[in-house]
Amino acid sequence: MFVARSIAADHKDLIHDVSYDFHGRRMATCSSDQSVKVWDKSENGEWHCTASWKTHSGSVWRVTWAHPEFGQVLASCSFDRTAAVWEEIVGESNDKQRGLSHWIKRTTLVDSRTSVTDVKFAPKHMGLMLTTCSADGVVRIYEAPDVMNLSQWSLQHEISCKLSCSCISWNPSSSRAHPPMFAVGSDDSNVTYGGKVQIYEYNENTRKYGKAETLMTVTDAVHDIAFAPNLGRSFHVLAIATKDVRIFKLVPMRKESTSTGPTKFEVQIVAQFDNHNSQVWRVSWNITSTLLASSGDDGCVRLWKANYMDNWKCTGILKGDGSPLTGSSGQPSAMSTVLGSSVQSSQNALNGMSQKGQLE
Amino acid sequence: MGFAWGPGDILVYETLYKASGSGCSFIHEIRKDEDIYSPILRKLFNESHHIFVGLQTIREELPSKSKKPQFVSISKNYRSVIRACMEELQQVAVRKNPHSVFYSDVSILLAIELIWNLCEVLFIDAAPAGSLLLHLLDWVRLHKADVDERAREVLQSESPAEHHDYWDVVVSYVLQGRLEEVRQMLVKQGTLQPAARSMYKQMDTLLSKMPFYNPGGTQTLTEFDVKWRHWHEEVDRCMQDNSFASNRHLEVICKILLGDEDTLLDHKELLGTWYHFLVTRLLFCHPTVKPTELHYYAQSCMTMFLDSRSVSEPLDNILLAAFEFDIHQVIKECSIALNNWWFVAHLTDLLDHCKLLQSHNLHFGSNLREFLLLEYASGLFTHHSLWQLAVDYFDHCPEFGRVYLELQIERVPLETERKALKVLRICEQRQMSEQVRSICKIMAMRALRNNRLGSALSWSIRAKDAAFATLISERFLQDYCAKGTFSDLDLIDNLGPAMLLSDRLTFLGKYREFHKLYGEKRFREAAKLLLSLMTAKIAPQSFWMTLLTDALPLLEQKEVIFTADQTYELMFCLEELTSSLNITASSTDRPMQEEDVEVTKVELLRLALARNLAQAIVKEGTVET
Repeated sequence: MFVARSIAADHKDLIHDVSYDFHGRRMATCSSDQSVKVWDKSENGEWHCTASWKTHSGSVWRVTWAHPEFGQVLASCSFDRTAAVWEEIVGESNDKQRGLSHWIKRTTLVDSRTSVTDVKFAPKHMGLMLTTCSADGVVRIYEAPDVMNLSQWSLQHEISCKLSCSCISWNPSSSRAHPPMFAVGSDDSNVTYGGKVQIYEYNENTRKYGKAETLMTVTDAVHDIAFAPNLGRSFHVLAIATKDVRIFKLVPMRKESTSTGPTKFEVQIVAQFDNHNSQVWRVSWNITSTLLASSGDDGCVRLWKANYMDNWKCTGILKGDGSPLTGSSGQPSAMSTVLGSSVQSSQNALNGMSQKGQLE
Repeated sequence: MGFAWGPGDILVYETLYKASGSGCSFIHEIRKDEDIYSPILRKLFNESHHIFVGLQTIREELPSKSKKPQFVSISKNYRSVIRACMEELQQVAVRKNPHSVFYSDVSILLAIELIWNLCEVLFIDAAPAGSLLLHLLDWVRLHKADVDERAREVLQSESPAEHHDYWDVVVSYVLQGRLEEVRQMLVKQGTLQPAARSMYKQMDTLLSKMPFYNPGGTQTLTEFDVKWRHWHEEVDRCMQDNSFASNRHLEVICKILLGDEDTLLDHKELLGTWYHFLVTRLLFCHPTVKPTELHYYAQSCMTMFLDSRSVSEPLDNILLAAFEFDIHQVIKECSIALNNWWFVAHLTDLLDHCKLLQSHNLHFGSNLREFLLLEYASGLFTHHSLWQLAVDYFDHCPEFGRVYLELQIERVPLETERKALKVLRICEQRQMSEQVRSICKIMAMRALRNNRLGSALSWSIRAKDAAFATLISERFLQDYCAKGTFSDLDLIDNLGPAMLLSDRLTFLGKYREFHKLYGEKRFREAAKLLLSLMTAKIAPQSFWMTLLTDALPLLEQKEVIFTADQTYELMFCLEELTSSLNITASSTDRPMQEEDVEVTKVELLRLALARNLAQAIVKEGTVET
């Protein structure tokens, strides 16, 4: 059911992030060895490292790709308090033959005074916009007004979240019914500010981002956060990686025509799973928001799926080396064992159809 | 430990060794659903896709009753596709390693066909009492084909009646209700034992007289039932009379004909499965069984047959649910048991068309079908060629099909232009304008990065992206200024109405036209065009100098090309240009050399214009004699 392959990453230190490009044929990894590597998938499915270079003067926490409409662009953020934007330069022909490419730095964003913990591009319909969040609790939104000139970025918004930030996620919905929205997660150990997830929404009137909601029920450190693809729904789904896996549904409540403030949301918890039995570090949705994957300190990746009645269940568990975990509940077993001994009689029946004896 | 979801169900994750020192970290790539990639199964997907699309286009106006034969035939089509696939797999499995994975595929397909066939009999064909048993009998016979194999072996032997498998074959035939074959076999035994001839004759008579219901005939079910009871009583009398007491085998056959449970259970090995037991029992005890009565018998037969095992297999549960006419349970159990959505998606879709899922809550019914189809199609999208099949499935999912398609199709990797065009065609056919724009933009960007301006331009035209077209046109013009020639002439020459996408593009097209006219020595037209480019403000002012410089050779021709009026206009343009340049010239630090060149150019132009004006006035004032 699962086929696993190992790639020797060749980073000299811990890898902190892996990111696929939009089409899934390129991959970027970043590490505490201060470098970023870019990998390309060849036609036979093998990954080759086509670029490896030093990006920062501290551990690189996250790396992310821009939408291919803007070209081949990467952003990285680091402990050295900076975030950087990189663009691939089409190389000389002999470089191409050797399968190498070059990435050059287009800009360094130095506004943060503390380690930059996450960097994400906003949905493409908003233009070329980059968001960073830092350990001092500030979220910054930058825009490149000319997409052909990646060295010019202007700081459009600076939002103070009061809590040390660890992750951001943009709502990918491009519907006109939804103003731009992002969620920020915090791993702050401060207990006075209860909710560790905040939702910010763009206000057309003030032209600023205002806080729309705080998820007060999330009180433990949040390590990762992810909005699900919207699928034209009126409500939003948000997954959170904290001491367990949580899925929230945010239903916008109808606004009065005179209201100019942010949208009010009805927050429902859709599912909560503590199967990892340890800190959950990453959550990520598949393209159609039908599957959620989570990874935790137990060294496993779990897959979660909702059936047509909207009940969420675990549909798969993978161990650290990619092999499936057997003998766990909710795990679909291999096809042949499921049908059991009936298979034997079926085999016999099949014998009759073709030459006898060769199946024995 | 962290990971990333890739599009196409590929999951990659990094392993963070918290404690290790200089470890070389590994990334693991996980891919799901390998069975899609088997070429034989791909054929299954392709052909079932064909049947699926055909099913969707059946007209809705006809009442379901008259569509039943159509649905049954579609069901049979699906099943024949499964069987064809099974046979191919079987052949491959035989050639390859006997323990290869193909075997499990084959057995799964077999189980699928078994279930599907039963569903066809019970749900789609929905045979009433009488025919029901006949269909079930066919069903069992189809899935217990080894009998014929054994029979062949026996009959081909030197003395069939003495073959060690002889009686097994005979009993198997009886159990399947194939009494003609039984009689033929018994004849051989009968000739061998002349002393027992009368006994064999009696058995033969009994066998020949067993009534089978004829659905097409004039006999009603009640009449058949009466006839059958008479026959049953006759067999019973033979039993009571000990007619076959001297021959153990014939006695067994007689007991089977009476439907004696214990005797049937004695032959578990020959029956093989509890559902064979069920059908045989019904055949010889209750041939007029009604659909609604089935589940009583099914449950009890299963319990009786499986008494050695306490737990039933998933397949058994599925079949039992079918006998109980619990369609939803069947689908649910199948979904759990199988990791590929192919079977449940297609079967549910067919059942939905037969309006069988609507007896439950309508919303639930159509949701279930769509849910399964979406799952199946999404799985197909990860494959480099099967994704095209998935498009049709999404088309027939009214609620979420479109949005799923939109999300999936923009992730299809665009390795070649050909593939990109294929994807585009699909999007354009469905008016997915945002996806069209996006794909064209991605291709245009890629071309631009690789300096293939022509390709970039044609993609941005297709994307109707005016801003990008402007940008590329600028590049073209810059290239021209630098090199003196245009690249990608074909493209620019054949722009046609696409030229109007952006002002800069229009200028580019027209400018190229000017060069063409000049090349063809159609100077008057070229001159007119050149002028209009400036006066109609199609040309950006930054380019005017170049245009005016282009006008120089026209001005210096022996023949007067520009009329006086035109010359005035040219002069006006030059003045406009120089005055605006003067305003900026003072503020910019331009090197002395450059300024000199500019000044010289302007001087030259002024001179040429003045000369041309003079000549033009003279020419226009001259009266032809």
